[in-house]
Amino acid sequence: MATIQQQQQRRDRFRLALLLTPGLLWLLLFFALPLVIIFVYSFMTNDALGRVVYEPTLNNYITIFTQSLYVNAYLRSIWASVLTTVICLLIGYPLAVFIARSPQQWRMPLLMLILIPFWTNFLVRIYAWQIILANNGIINGLLEIIGVGRLTLLNTEGATLIGLIYGELPFMVLPLYAAIDRFDFTLMEAAADLGANKVQAFLRIMLPMTMPGIVAGSVLVFIPTLGQFVVSELLGGAKVDYLGNLIQRLFLRANPINWPLGSAMAVLMMLVLLVLIMMYFRVTSEEER
Amino acid sequence: MSDSIAIELRDVVKRFGDVVAVDHVNLQIRDGEFFSMLGPSGCGKTSTLRMIAGFELPTAGSILIHGREMGITPPHMRPVNTVFQSYALFPHMTVAQNIAFGLEMRKTPKDEIARRVKEALELVRLSGLEERRPRQLSGGQQQRVALARALVNHPEVLLLDEPLGALDQKLRKEMQLELKSLQARVGITFVFVTHDQEEALTMSDRIAVMNKGKLLQVGTPTEIYERPNCRFVADFIGETNFIDGVVIGRDGNYTVLETPEGLRFRGLAVRPLSDGTQVTYSIRPEKVRLLAPNGELPPNGLAGTVMTVNYIGSDTRITVRINDRRTIDVWEQNTRSTLDRDEYWQPGEAAVIVCPPDNALVLSE
Repeated sequence: MATIQQQQQRRDRFRLALLLTPGLLWLLLFFALPLVIIFVYSFMTNDALGRVVYEPTLNNYITIFTQSLYVNAYLRSIWASVLTTVICLLIGYPLAVFIARSPQQWRMPLLMLILIPFWTNFLVRIYAWQIILANNGIINGLLEIIGVGRLTLLNTEGATLIGLIYGELPFMVLPLYAAIDRFDFTLMEAAADLGANKVQAFLRIMLPMTMPGIVAGSVLVFIPTLGQFVVSELLGGAKVDYLGNLIQRLFLRANPINWPLGSAMAVLMMLVLLVLIMMYFRVTSEEER
Repeated sequence: MSDSIAIELRDVVKRFGDVVAVDHVNLQIRDGEFFSMLGPSGCGKTSTLRMIAGFELPTAGSILIHGREMGITPPHMRPVNTVFQSYALFPHMTVAQNIAFGLEMRKTPKDEIARRVKEALELVRLSGLEERRPRQLSGGQQQRVALARALVNHPEVLLLDEPLGALDQKLRKEMQLELKSLQARVGITFVFVTHDQEEALTMSDRIAVMNKGKLLQVGTPTEIYERPNCRFVADFIGETNFIDGVVIGRDGNYTVLETPEGLRFRGLAVRPLSDGTQVTYSIRPEKVRLLAPNGELPPNGLAGTVMTVNYIGSDTRITVRINDRRTIDVWEQNTRSTLDRDEYWQPGEAAVIVCPPDNALVLSE
């Protein structure tokens, strides 16, 4: 006869399993399994009709590392993601401080203003940027009125960057706000009291203490930016290839379509992300210490 | 204790929007003294402290530290350090790093930092906890770290903003005595903000009582308790019986007042009062004597009836009714150890109250 404690443990274990099963099944079917398929495909090849041919090879990876088209796409996407993350951080941090330091009754409305764009579909908002940046768009209209004349804004890498920063900024601001809202600003007074000027107080006290928010925001911005393809297509004019554009094309539009090569690119992208984020965590946790 | 002035406030005013937090305060704090600022919350004591530290700037008036006009000098350039109410220890740093912070900011050499941090930890009896984080410490220990972090910089003045507020009663009493002896050892001027009158009386060389932004009285604990200069101070410090009346004349050193129902009381007036002035008579409950009636009333005596008798250990607190709208509280020390409650006063018993005029005050306002 089991003791009461053993019976209770058995019952708790059963309940836990019951609660976790749906989630585990979901992840297994729709996350782990596709990942395995992608991984397997990345070592296959395709035929003239674009069908996957099951002949193991490393050719896809060799292609990616040897052709500048692919190498450049990785470098360009990493650079754009770093730039987007850094600029979002530089814009988002003061913004989050401003909101967190606002009177209590203003904080929620201000956060809502950050969130309201999400009520509209992302694609629609990017199309709206086309209207703003177009040759006969709103900005150029204003520039003409003040006598600067029309500039080419749309279909440039600058436009891509603007779109990326615009789209990702809320994902930076929200975790930053959460971290800064928890931060006790009396600590800044304490630092000043002990002889630290504003810059020293920020670097020694506020920055390390809000580092979790910076890390969370940066990761949330960096990851989707690395794989994006919509913004560079709609605002950048698909003039240069970012990772996402290439993968999308290989899967859907190439002639013939090439799922194995696309899969290899996706697998490598995940590896790149893993390495970069691990490096980032390493650096920021040293900062914290 | 020297007579030189550590801090001087000249006609300092602080307004937050329409609210006057500090209202024309003039104050001199002497070098090496333990100076308390006492008052209810919102009386302006913390605002005053924050202006000395430089976290707030006065709307008008000037603040001098050792004769130097502070003007708009930012906090990090002022020769003072603060112990915050919440301690404001840096949670991501160890105890040693917290204490070293001020010295690092002043570019002190590394070996000197190490030596002074060690000394500061010894001073507050925390040696051995260097590598702990603030959250691993008890409230009392955090309090000591905050003290060490401020004192290690050898400030000209140490500002303390209700530093004992978060501690439990017993620890609080211990820290009061410890702070006082610490201050005597380091010889630094302490400016201590509190709303706890007992704390202020226990620790201070001098106390400033504030209310509604105004500085009401500055004096030694004895002066503040025995000779409050207005009704608010008498009420805020300790307990007292108040009786409102009108001045009807003088009797030697004493001022005589009469209540609306015709009772007369005599007491010391803080300032000369002309006949007809509305005044408040104040006598502390431990200074009233309670006698058994023996036929005739003694001088300054009043006949009454005992209403309630509360035994609180050290004292017995008795409320005596002297007429249908007035009661007077009397505290008698329990000088005898006896379990027999019959030996004390009983509710309903007739008694005579004696209010010695030397122990009573006549206050205006």
